[in-house]
Amino acid sequence: MLYAIFCYDSEKVTGAWSKEQDAAVMAKLGVVQEKLAKEGRLGPVARLMPTTTATTVRKGKEAVVLDGPFAETKEQLLGFYVIECPSLDDAVETARELGRASGSNGAFEIRPVMLFRPGALRA
Amino acid sequence: MTEIAWMDAALAAARPDALAALLRYFRDLDTAEEAFQEACLRALQNWPRNGPPRDPTGWLVFVGRNAALDGARRQGKARPLPADDVLSDLDDAEGRIADHLDDADYRDDVLRLLFVCCHPDLPATQQVALALRIVCGLSVAEIARAFLVGESAMEQRITRAKARVADAHIPFESPGAIERAERLAAVATTVYLIFNEGYSATGGAAHVRVPLCEEAIRLTRLLQRLFPSEPEVMGLAALLLLQHARTPARLDSDGAIIVLEDQDRGLWDRAAIAEGLALLDKAMRHARPGPYQVQAAIAALHARAPRPQDTDWAEIELLYGALEKMQPSPVVTLNRAVAVAQVRGPQAALAMIEPLAAQLSGYFHFFGVKGALLMRLGRTDESRDAFGRAIALAHTPAEAAHIRTQLDRLMRDAASRR
Repeated sequence: MLYAIFCYDSEKVTGAWSKEQDAAVMAKLGVVQEKLAKEGRLGPVARLMPTTTATTVRKGKEAVVLDGPFAETKEQLLGFYVIECPSLDDAVETARELGRASGSNGAFEIRPVMLFRPGALRA
Repeated sequence: MTEIAWMDAALAAARPDALAALLRYFRDLDTAEEAFQEACLRALQNWPRNGPPRDPTGWLVFVGRNAALDGARRQGKARPLPADDVLSDLDDAEGRIADHLDDADYRDDVLRLLFVCCHPDLPATQQVALALRIVCGLSVAEIARAFLVGESAMEQRITRAKARVADAHIPFESPGAIERAERLAAVATTVYLIFNEGYSATGGAAHVRVPLCEEAIRLTRLLQRLFPSEPEVMGLAALLLLQHARTPARLDSDGAIIVLEDQDRGLWDRAAIAEGLALLDKAMRHARPGPYQVQAAIAALHARAPRPQDTDWAEIELLYGALEKMQPSPVVTLNRAVAVAQVRGPQAALAMIEPLAAQLSGYFHFFGVKGALLMRLGRTDESRDAFGRAIALAHTPAEAAHIRTQLDRLMRDAASRR
């Protein structure tokens, strides 16, 4: 079974960390990741940029583009994509296309990735 | 991370929102600050024992407010507090703490707190000091060190600023849309000043001023949280991130300035650049350009060039031209001339800056640029004069040393031609 793990924390608090504190946390996480990688159990790892960089595309006939992260308790996180795009415009267009394909309600939050490790898992 | 480090980060994160809400209750900066300090002390005793609250900010506001009211009662109201009907939201504070307070609830409070510190009646030096003390929570000693002044002088500056703010009678009602926009613009200017105060510092003292840049960036994150759809706020954040990314490459081991074209671009902070570019990208989608976005776009062109010779100077010239139209100033024209020199040569650039001589007669960079242009044109004597004026106007030893290096090169070249 494959599991996805999503990280939630208060950005105000993590944003108040010093560079050194941040690096120390990342180093400790790196140890766990390395262990998983050695066991062949690690897939893609990503650290997203702060939510200030986020854009949300509300699905629908006329998809609406909003600044900021997706924040809604009525809907839940159901999955994620990692895509390569030359600009935010293209990413928004891709999200619109996915929205048209899915045909359902909901939203996509677009967040630039800060750190990406593709990993070596096979589907 | 240790528990103490976590608590410090949590208290620092809660500070602007909590202090802003306390300022609304007490309508007095000193009382609000004391209440927040007291709440932090109680948090340090209480949180390790009982675990951190679900909503640390709400907890601090509630505890701080009660502590200040108790303190005032104990002192027999030696220092009278405003009447209860003036202290808004007294009843619902307990109710609200149960819910997790939304960022939006704090928006006007935080903007008011920022605006109090960035009040246009205050001179820029006082705005910056007050914002660092109150909003960022830096100690007087830390701020004094960053500004290279004595602690008592800085204490005085902050006290004077507080007194002036108290006299300014800033209205406590929620601001209207126009007033909100005006406050935001004033706050953005102060944040930019804080950053420049840290960034323009050079030489031996530079390392102590880096925290100013980091505080300014933190403040832009706060502004973005409050105003998620303002392209100029995104632009300001992008500008600061893109400039700050160069910090590791700006000084050599002796503390001498390394100019942009000589910097080791491998030392630039790639994560900061990526975030700055992402924010600029997001801002530009709004198609509502402004001075911060244009300056960020210029910084982005430098950040995107792998080598100095890859820099898109033609585009930079266009952007400075746009900035000149938005914010006409001789300094912007001088910067455009630097780009013109790259695109069309030193003669065209020199013709552009000569009319600025009267306005910029006391400006170090004017004579630095003029000297360099004259040097490229082989007008050695005039170039030496301009460099001489620049050295006389330099603010720091590092600025003077940078011009002296150019002067040495000028004299060497002149000697070899003879």
